[in-house]
Amino acid sequence: MRRYGGAAIPMQKSLDREQLQGIQYLVGSEEILARLPQAKAREPFDEKIQEFLNALSRALLSMPEAKFYPDVVTFAFWIRKSSLKKLAERFASGNSLIQLGRGTAFHIAPSNVAVNYAYSFAAGFMTGNANVVRVPSKDFPQIAVINRAVNAVLEQYPDQKPYICFVRYGREQRINDVLSAIADVRIVWGGDRTIAELRKSPLGPRASEITFADRYSLAVIDSDIYMAAENPGRIADDFYNDTYLTDQNACTSPRIVVWYGSRISEAKERFWSLLLEKVQKKYEFQPIQGVNKLTNVYLASAGHEGLHAIYCGDNRLVRVSLERLFEDLMDFRGDSGYFYEYDCQDLLQLQNICDDTRCQTVSYIGDPSMFLPLVKSGIAGIDRIVPIGKTMDFDMIWDGYNLYERLTRTISLI
Amino acid sequence: MNFEEMLQRTPYSFSKEEKEAVLTERLSELTEKHRVSCPPYGNILRSAGYERGRIGSYKELPFLPVRLFKELELKSVPDDQIVKTMTSSGTTGQAVSKIYLDRVTSANQQKVMVKIVSDFTGSSRMPMIILDCPSVVKNRLMFSARGAGILGFSIFGAKRIYALDDDMKLNVEGLKAFLDKYRGQRIFLFGFTFMIWQHFYKELVRLKQEGITFDLSDGVLIHGGGWKKLISEAVSPEEFKRCLTDVCGLSHVHDYYGMVEQTGCIYMECECGHLHASIFSDVIMRRPLDFSECEVGEKGIIQVVSTLPESYPGHSLLTEDEGIVLGEDDCPCGRKGKYFKVIGRLKNAEIRGCSDTYAEKFR
Repeated sequence: MRRYGGAAIPMQKSLDREQLQGIQYLVGSEEILARLPQAKAREPFDEKIQEFLNALSRALLSMPEAKFYPDVVTFAFWIRKSSLKKLAERFASGNSLIQLGRGTAFHIAPSNVAVNYAYSFAAGFMTGNANVVRVPSKDFPQIAVINRAVNAVLEQYPDQKPYICFVRYGREQRINDVLSAIADVRIVWGGDRTIAELRKSPLGPRASEITFADRYSLAVIDSDIYMAAENPGRIADDFYNDTYLTDQNACTSPRIVVWYGSRISEAKERFWSLLLEKVQKKYEFQPIQGVNKLTNVYLASAGHEGLHAIYCGDNRLVRVSLERLFEDLMDFRGDSGYFYEYDCQDLLQLQNICDDTRCQTVSYIGDPSMFLPLVKSGIAGIDRIVPIGKTMDFDMIWDGYNLYERLTRTISLI
Repeated sequence: MNFEEMLQRTPYSFSKEEKEAVLTERLSELTEKHRVSCPPYGNILRSAGYERGRIGSYKELPFLPVRLFKELELKSVPDDQIVKTMTSSGTTGQAVSKIYLDRVTSANQQKVMVKIVSDFTGSSRMPMIILDCPSVVKNRLMFSARGAGILGFSIFGAKRIYALDDDMKLNVEGLKAFLDKYRGQRIFLFGFTFMIWQHFYKELVRLKQEGITFDLSDGVLIHGGGWKKLISEAVSPEEFKRCLTDVCGLSHVHDYYGMVEQTGCIYMECECGHLHASIFSDVIMRRPLDFSECEVGEKGIIQVVSTLPESYPGHSLLTEDEGIVLGEDDCPCGRKGKYFKVIGRLKNAEIRGCSDTYAEKFR
């Protein structure tokens, strides 16, 4: 194995450069990648990290084309100064423990979400790690915008170059192997199959892994509080963004809407008709989606009684009401505007679908304390409980992981 | 009119009103039969809000997306009455449709197909050239769509020859001898569109350069299986015909549209280039946005109904193809019923989401 970075440092991981054939460098270079293991881990949120991210935020917000991509703008806001300050305050330990980045973070971003890779990178970077990020193979315009900004800001802050490498390659295991071998932490997005692919590439003995598996989510609406809401149109917007914006196929997108309280039928009427208005204005429909949804309704109902399709006369919104929550319901989850609905007077009934490690986000309208008995009943699922409209808001606590903790090393000093 | 009486009629003889009444009666009856005998189908009907008394026309009956037959085993007869299981020809690793046939359904498929095809070829059997290889029909227990098509059409052949060997090479000597022997008679040819183009037409072009030619001007060719592969080679239906005429004089060429889920009720292309629905089946184009019926001339997703399926609930299906109804009862060829054209497969959905999509996934 050839070594780079001058003289070989004992115990230092290094890269077999011949195995890097086929990598395209969007940010950084083969040189930088090869020296990544030698980049010094830093304390989370140190001054230079904050300066760089803040400069990146400003660069993104000043790019005229960024305005076309609200997801880019949202990302820029997440890494701006005030937001970083809040994050640093939340996570910095107030005691005598010292924290450092784990070293090299290898990120595999999901292939069909545009800006997720940027969040993954920023999380790894702000916690003091050097990062190699496999960006989606799909050519999202957002990726070009973000990478252009990163490259420009790196010219102003060349001392940050050793910490950032954005790459693109096929699904070659050879490359996964090399990058996994140098990783102190591997972050795998993209679901069960991608995780299974990456697990073929061994990690070092001290390395750890954060995996984002296939998950599903639900929404719970307290009908009394919904009916009292001053701006139901805004709620429809929020719900639209939680669902249709990602073809209702993000792990955070609710697949079931659970209705609670005493005004269920009026609430449904208002909620769905306002949503349908948004959908008809904004959603780009593909003919096969209607066929897929009908297939889904029938596949689910063939083996189960008590399902009732509710057609609103528009295939962009298909609802299926359930007499009961059967346990394999989420094997029949649909997307692109396909909602199961269940009326419920006791949220403990949700155990049937929430006692499952695949169950991730519960978004709600109402008082979140209503979920406490359910969560404390010892269910295997539910990692996030957030208001409707906030399901996609990225945070360092994500998918049940404390990413800050996972991406750092804690040194005890007694 | 019961099904036996329908079988006594010529296949393109019902006017719109008559056909509407006959189909509504027969298809409602089939819906009820399957509702009772196929419990998953019964559940599906219940979820769709089906109520027997509220059906005024066969157009209001629920339709099953064809993909259900890939994921579910849908049958309405006990296993010991199943005489044949047909499968769609999927590529390896892809789910295939499974269609369960009992004696009655299987027999009716054959009877109806004979009636439909005879309307185009005449009722006498002819010497037949199968433009495919013999191995396709070897396994008789599991019929692939290609094998089933060949066996189905073989009943029109008095004497049969496979034009290709199992390596897909043209059997030049055998073919010459066959044509010499039956010179002066009408020859029936059958095959799948892409196979014909790839292994028959292209070979004839090559042989012609070597001075070897075939005269098939007395032939009538029926071909099916879709245009997807030929469109990628930029061959249009018109060009397909013209090329065949040029190379071997073959001028009676009929495409057909059909699927393994509704074998028997094929839609034959007439002399005017239109696909025709017989009295035994119908097509309804549906608008993707709400599944309402399209106007004549408007593109939609093709729903197919067939009066034949008694052993499985496949009498009303939503395909993943798009088509256009061109007219009804007034095709210049004189046949009654709807005439239409098929545009092709619906595009796969491109959807966002956190889970990576892999190309081999069929959804």
